[in-house]
Amino acid sequence: MSNVDLTQLPAGPTIKGKLSRDDVIMRMGMGVIALYLIVTLAFPLWAMLSKSFSTFKFDLAGYELQVSDEDGTYSGEILTPELLNSELQVLTDNDLIAGSDSRLGLTPFFPDFSFRSPVKYQIRNTTDVGRFLVGSELKTGTEWLELDSNTFRRVQMRPVKATGMGNFINYFSTPALFNSIKNSMLIAVISTVVTVTLAFWFAYALNRTCMRFKGFFRLVAMAPILVPSLLPGIALVYLFGNQGMIKELLFGASIYGPIGIVIGSVFFTFPHAFIIISTALAISDARLYEAAASLRSTPWRTFWTVTIPGARYGLISAAFVVFNLVITDFGLPKVIGGQFNVLAVDIYKQVIGQQNFEMGAVVSVVLVIPAIFAFAIDRLVQSKQVALLSARSVPYQPTPNAKTDGIFFTYCVLVALFIVGILGVCQFAALIKFWPYDLSFSLTNYDFDRMDGGGWGSYYNSIKLGLFTAVAGTCIVFFGAYLVEKTNGFRLGRALFQMFAMLPMAIPGMVLGLAYIFFFNNPSNPLNMIYGTMAILVICSVTHFYTVSHLTAVTALKQMDREFESVSASLKQPTMKLFSRVTVPVCLPSVLDISIYLFVNAMTTVSAVVFLYSPKTSLASIAVLNMDDAGDIAPAAAMGMMIFYTNALARIIHLIVSKGVLKRTQAWRAR
Amino acid sequence: MTEATATPASYLSIDNLWKAFGDFLALKDISLNINEREFVCFLGPSGCGKTTLLRAIAGLDLQTKGRVVQGGKDVSNLPPSERDFGIVFQSYALFPNLTIEKNIAFGLENTGRSKSEITSRVAELLQLVGLPEQGKKYPAQLSGGQQQRIALARAIATNPGLLLLDEPLSALDAKVRVHLRHEIKELQRKLGVTAVMVTHDQEEALAMADRIVVMNHGVIEQVGSPTEVYRHPANLFVADFIGEMNQIPAIAGASGEVTISSTKLQSQRHDFNVGETIVAAIRPEDVIPHGDGARSPGAPDEIETPGNAFEVDVSEMEFLGSFWRCRLQHKMFGTGELIADFSINAVRRLDLAVGKTMTVELPQSRLMAFVPAGDAS
Repeated sequence: MSNVDLTQLPAGPTIKGKLSRDDVIMRMGMGVIALYLIVTLAFPLWAMLSKSFSTFKFDLAGYELQVSDEDGTYSGEILTPELLNSELQVLTDNDLIAGSDSRLGLTPFFPDFSFRSPVKYQIRNTTDVGRFLVGSELKTGTEWLELDSNTFRRVQMRPVKATGMGNFINYFSTPALFNSIKNSMLIAVISTVVTVTLAFWFAYALNRTCMRFKGFFRLVAMAPILVPSLLPGIALVYLFGNQGMIKELLFGASIYGPIGIVIGSVFFTFPHAFIIISTALAISDARLYEAAASLRSTPWRTFWTVTIPGARYGLISAAFVVFNLVITDFGLPKVIGGQFNVLAVDIYKQVIGQQNFEMGAVVSVVLVIPAIFAFAIDRLVQSKQVALLSARSVPYQPTPNAKTDGIFFTYCVLVALFIVGILGVCQFAALIKFWPYDLSFSLTNYDFDRMDGGGWGSYYNSIKLGLFTAVAGTCIVFFGAYLVEKTNGFRLGRALFQMFAMLPMAIPGMVLGLAYIFFFNNPSNPLNMIYGTMAILVICSVTHFYTVSHLTAVTALKQMDREFESVSASLKQPTMKLFSRVTVPVCLPSVLDISIYLFVNAMTTVSAVVFLYSPKTSLASIAVLNMDDAGDIAPAAAMGMMIFYTNALARIIHLIVSKGVLKRTQAWRAR
Repeated sequence: MTEATATPASYLSIDNLWKAFGDFLALKDISLNINEREFVCFLGPSGCGKTTLLRAIAGLDLQTKGRVVQGGKDVSNLPPSERDFGIVFQSYALFPNLTIEKNIAFGLENTGRSKSEITSRVAELLQLVGLPEQGKKYPAQLSGGQQQRIALARAIATNPGLLLLDEPLSALDAKVRVHLRHEIKELQRKLGVTAVMVTHDQEEALAMADRIVVMNHGVIEQVGSPTEVYRHPANLFVADFIGEMNQIPAIAGASGEVTISSTKLQSQRHDFNVGETIVAAIRPEDVIPHGDGARSPGAPDEIETPGNAFEVDVSEMEFLGSFWRCRLQHKMFGTGELIADFSINAVRRLDLAVGKTMTVELPQSRLMAFVPAGDAS
């Protein structure tokens, strides 16, 4: 077409639209929420990334020294620590690698040093960036400073900061560290294969057979979502640990390590895989099966040529979601991993155990890579999934078949037994006085105030966190999604916002938590005051679970007529009136879904908050971790089950409220 | 092409409007005047720019260049909320969770009207669109036609100076559509509001509009009353898009003459040079059927222009309810056919049937000459 010729356009400025008050308000609102995402996501991640590249090293050539004789006269000979070290070999190159807080005294370079000696010393930096301490006083500049012997022993060099790959080189030359990559990949891949296989047949049974009790099985399959990922670890300790109930079944293998991690991972990722695959199987088209049957295809062949291809996007998506969950999970390998190191636990060990924040940042960067990769593929696949569903599709209706129904029923019973069994063991353990010696029932394990971990206070803190996260998060997420969907023009801003909204899903909780330390615990950050408060936990949780909530909101908003805003503007009504009178009420079911999602996840998360809680804001999920760490496994199980019951109750309340609210506000849905 | 006589009562004027989407030009130098109380239809195939033009008038998608003046005020860069119009969309865009009453009252709130004023205005509007009993229902409980009437009531509730209708009838059944287009036209006349409607349905445009703006590829092809546009299409595109048209390759003769494969026919006056390649065109209903005695002077159906009459073979007949569509063959048309619509009466009178030979006349006043498609400047 001849349409590409923009030179046809007459000269002169392009019409610039005047912004209406609503446009201004909406852009400002979007700016505020974008700023929220930048401050709570982009800045912390940037702080972490720059931390991983900052290395510290003592620069021996950075100082010059003069030593007097006993009368206090100087020969004029100028020494450097570098020179002295090459003569004396006091320090190896490895000793010069430092952390941000390292110090190094100068006296080892003078073998005949005595603090009582009348010898005097002069010292100066050779460059403006050089620094050393005299006691606790920081000295910079290239002026000579004269010190007596007694003061000279309190002189300490400070490392020079540089940017480079040093930390990464260090990481990859330490087998104890980089072996974790292999370990993490291994358990993630095995868990993915097992979970997806189990979940596929479970979803198949629920969608494609006529077995009974489908509702019950669906409920059971969803239960693991309500507990922290480390709870199955505790159950496995009771079942297969050193004093386990049925440890003989492992034939001498230890549950502490990959076996335990895989079994636990299957438990806590099962519902995620199940939902995705079940959705994929539910939308299949009956006409394809009729065609296959009319062509006399065997059931086996139909399965491979119709069922599997139809569900392939669901399967791929489920696989990457599970992979991501397992590789980024921290709680489970912490509880049952034993000596088997994985990346997420390495971050924890580096930061909490060794206070090596730079190395923690390096492991975080290493962990983010597969996480982002899995996330990107999942997004790609999900965007293709939609196209499969056409308006003409006829839903598949399974026909009863006593034999297959029986087989699948048995299978589902076994899977349900596994899930209920894990939860049951935890509840049983919580009620037993002292396994395995005193099997009488008691409630002593619920006396959390007598254990490490913050007591009942941490449980109430968790509920507070859940409620705050649900309320604040739902408001921020839904409002943000509305603005990004309905703001006029402003393309670039909206695209950037979308990108930021998708990012949290690719960032593991541990990484986000660590990034928060770097960013918010920096004394020069004005937001430093929220460090150690409930506020930072709420912010971290909202940001960590932003993406799924955002997508839920966007899906609901996309179903709204695009012209509502146009109509409202033509009637000269403020957009915010439309938002509160129409948009929110119509989207209320999704709003409630977002809030329950945020509540349940804030209750169960460990990884996102493990670096950020303070003694005053300890949480139930953290208490489970800490009590388990301290050997109080039974109380840990008891607390874990408290989380389960709380979440189950929250779900039930959500269900009742949704029904009630729907009845009252959604009367228009009924024809 | 564009309207030459801008009347002083112009209410909405569009000056040299351009719209670019990336490097695609959706509107190219559109100028148009719309008079007060006038009902104007933008008509054209999908993608011709008619909706883009409507949205530019509303301020929903701002034009790249050019001016829009409404009621003497330059509104070129104003947001929709600062312009004066009501709008109805194909999807109705009724708020699903509000009752019919509340939908209509939506724009009346915050305008200084009291509660009782609003209630009585809503009742009045419901009466006006013929749905007085439905106020308490929700949109989903009404039929499509009823919903569109509510959308119309909501759009006119605040007495806007301009009513914009974006394919308002496209989502409705054929029967409802015919009924509702009459009602909308009636309402517009009663309220005296200036209206602009976008449609791709020529029948709708012909039935409703005071003036039709025919658009194609981002430019206006013709502006005129329904009869003007139908009777005197400005070019082959308009001729072809509105109604049916036989198109016959021809050579221009002197003004008032065209030559179709060496047969010279009398036609309307034209400005082509002798020997230019043109398209001769005539509407099927303008082809006149003649009986055997028509060539003799004084016959009841005497041929007006003997040179334009010739014998054809009836190769196909299709019964379309109120008339017969016939395909006629003559060596003049080569492998092509002449399509003619004959009344049931004429078919009976002349005893026409497939395979018969008959005489037809292409009346001089209805035979037009156009620039061939693709050669258009």
